[in-house]
Amino acid sequence: MIVTTTKGDMDDSLLEKREGTVDNENELTTWVEYWLGEELVHRSAHVTLKKMPNFAGGDTASF
Amino acid sequence: MANTQSMATSFLGELMTATHNFGASPIRAASTADTFKAALYLASATVNAATTVYSTTGEVTGTNYTAGGVTVTNATAPTSTNSSSTAGVGYWTPSASFVYTTVTLSTAFDAVLVYNSTQSNKAVSVHTFGSQTITAGTFTLTMPSNTTTTALLRLATT
Repeated sequence: MIVTTTKGDMDDSLLEKREGTVDNENELTTWVEYWLGEELVHRSAHVTLKKMPNFAGGDTASF
Repeated sequence: MANTQSMATSFLGELMTATHNFGASPIRAASTADTFKAALYLASATVNAATTVYSTTGEVTGTNYTAGGVTVTNATAPTSTNSSSTAGVGYWTPSASFVYTTVTLSTAFDAVLVYNSTQSNKAVSVHTFGSQTITAGTFTLTMPSNTTTTALLRLATT
């Protein structure tokens, strides 16, 4: 697979892939990084908002 | 039958479409929906409930990111639903994700400001998330489900 990097398009076989996920009440986030040796050359992230959070114990927009 | 004191739930949805005007209204060129945009802000910025208008102060900068952010897709009109005889909620959610394609945003950011570019860039809402950086990649912000309890914008009576 070709990956867009800071050094141009590269085949992912040349890169180290790292992935991660954050899942909490506010969001589900996944990210992917590609490293060329010690250098980060690509990072993408996808954040899915789950809901508008409450502030000060109440709905954000109640009256 | 009995009467019940309440605010009309339909009014909540109609507030989002500027159906009612209790004061001086902006001059509208058309009756169609306004254009809304979504701009990203650095984790070091200060955007919050006191933010009244879009500003480049604290906005992210980087390769392929255009100041002002991206246009919000708005294919679903606001709606309102009664939750009881005295309460209800008006709500709206953009109909597509906010996508910032092939950008490099090297300084951490953690917020998006939704604002009305048709009405002098007036602020609508601020949404925060875990701090991110992007390197020659795509940042996608997917919206919550458009329901009475999770929609991106909710006006509720209790």
